[in-house]
Amino acid sequence: MLTVSDVIEEKSGLPVSQPMIQLENVSVDYRLPSERIGTFKEYAIRKLQRKIRINKFSALKGVNLQINKGEVFGLIGNNGAGKSTMLKVISKVLKPTAGRVVIYGKIAPLLELGAGFHPELSGRENVFLNGALLGYSRSEMEAVFDDIVEFSELRQFIDSPVRAYSSGMFARLGFAVATAHMPEILILDEILSVGDESFQRKCNLRMKEFQQSGATVLMVSHALDSLEGMCNRVAWIDHGIIQRTGKPQEVIEAYRGGNL
Amino acid sequence: MATHLKPVYDSASYRLSAVSELKELGRYRYLLGQLIRRDILTRYKRSVLGVAWTMLNPLGTMLILTFVFSNFFKSNVLHYPVYILSGLLVWNFFAQGTNASISGLVWGGSLLKRIYIPSSVFGVSAIGTALVNLVLSLIPLVIVMLVDGAPFYLSMLFLPISILLLTAFTLGFGLFISSLAVFFPDVAEMYQVLLTAWMYLTPIIYPESLISAKWMPVYKINPMYWMVKMFRLPIFEGRIPSWQEFLPASAWAAGMLVVGWLYFTSRTEEYAYRV
Repeated sequence: MLTVSDVIEEKSGLPVSQPMIQLENVSVDYRLPSERIGTFKEYAIRKLQRKIRINKFSALKGVNLQINKGEVFGLIGNNGAGKSTMLKVISKVLKPTAGRVVIYGKIAPLLELGAGFHPELSGRENVFLNGALLGYSRSEMEAVFDDIVEFSELRQFIDSPVRAYSSGMFARLGFAVATAHMPEILILDEILSVGDESFQRKCNLRMKEFQQSGATVLMVSHALDSLEGMCNRVAWIDHGIIQRTGKPQEVIEAYRGGNL
Repeated sequence: MATHLKPVYDSASYRLSAVSELKELGRYRYLLGQLIRRDILTRYKRSVLGVAWTMLNPLGTMLILTFVFSNFFKSNVLHYPVYILSGLLVWNFFAQGTNASISGLVWGGSLLKRIYIPSSVFGVSAIGTALVNLVLSLIPLVIVMLVDGAPFYLSMLFLPISILLLTAFTLGFGLFISSLAVFFPDVAEMYQVLLTAWMYLTPIIYPESLISAKWMPVYKINPMYWMVKMFRLPIFEGRIPSWQEFLPASAWAAGMLVVGWLYFTSRTEEYAYRV
């Protein structure tokens, strides 16, 4: 099946941007019970009385967005604007209530650094456990183990239990595991603010490497200045609606203006 | 199509069903192994005797129960320690496995909100951990049989089938109860009371001969009665189960597994919203 863009490409011979993430009219509604019902008894009584009131809360309202291969795309907005929900819909955690999400590559979501680590296990054991949580196999993890140790600068401590690690060491190991494989799509939720400055520089360098080798990066952050420096394109989302998409500088300016 | 990749994920054609969840579980089998490994390693990591506690724990309980109850039942049961331990292993597996399913899904819930993981992985790994413990605790059983001078029967070769049935039943029940506990947090507390009552309603510490004929039909409704029987007959009475004994046990096992899996997977889309 040929699409319009295929035809254009064949005629002009120019590469057409390959979409990696497509959102078509995506809406997500959370149903929040207005009171917490914790027991069967309450549930049964209320069900009979038809008194279960559910507040619908729309986190995303008909969002349309396309992110292309090789882009570093930033998402900004106030707390509760729908940024995290959007990442969840893209990374398969939530199914949209309405609309359609299409993803054209393998996604590496970045767990909040170190979530899923077990304090009693050693760094080495946690690397494999965390890799498994991210969906990698044993051989895939064995192939990158040395890189992970190298990048996190934890060779000395790799066999000590993680409970003895400092929070910086924790974050370093978490980042190293999550970015050990170059994914086709990398999702980063507010992680650029972790670690000391030299480690942050290292993280940024790795992001750049990914980008140069053709990976698509989608990041959410409140650190507007660093976002402006890294992204090709930024979208500002507010109350579940995309307000503006475009050049980082322009969108960030509009966002700042809108918040005054 | 020239440059266009095929979609890896399309929410419009993506359905979480009983079958696709099974496929996803297969894809995440390495995680399954890692979770079992983690649970076994960390449970005793800080204790001196370590994994040996898996064997010492039922042994200790058995010694206490034998000491307390042997005067009551001595005339009824020969090799009472073996009788008690064989029942206790079955019960511990069930109680431990289902409880771990509940706590596993609640723990996993914090991850399910952030990254995609097939949610059944927590319940299945909980039963996997309990299974490792069950196999390990067969060692103290053999020791007790040797010390007590109980005979070893050829019928014990039937035990792998008994373990299979018990595993299927426990997995099904664990999936069911953990899914329920996500929506009603009180279930986890209520379940502890239920477990205690259930244990006393199953002939584990008292001999079956004590049950009056009047109550036998009631006992036979209890699936755990059949599961315990599948272990006791080959170990204790030296015969493999008859068809009349085998069929109810396998019907419960297969039925519970199917019901539990269907119930659990019919709600997987909601866990990320609810846990």
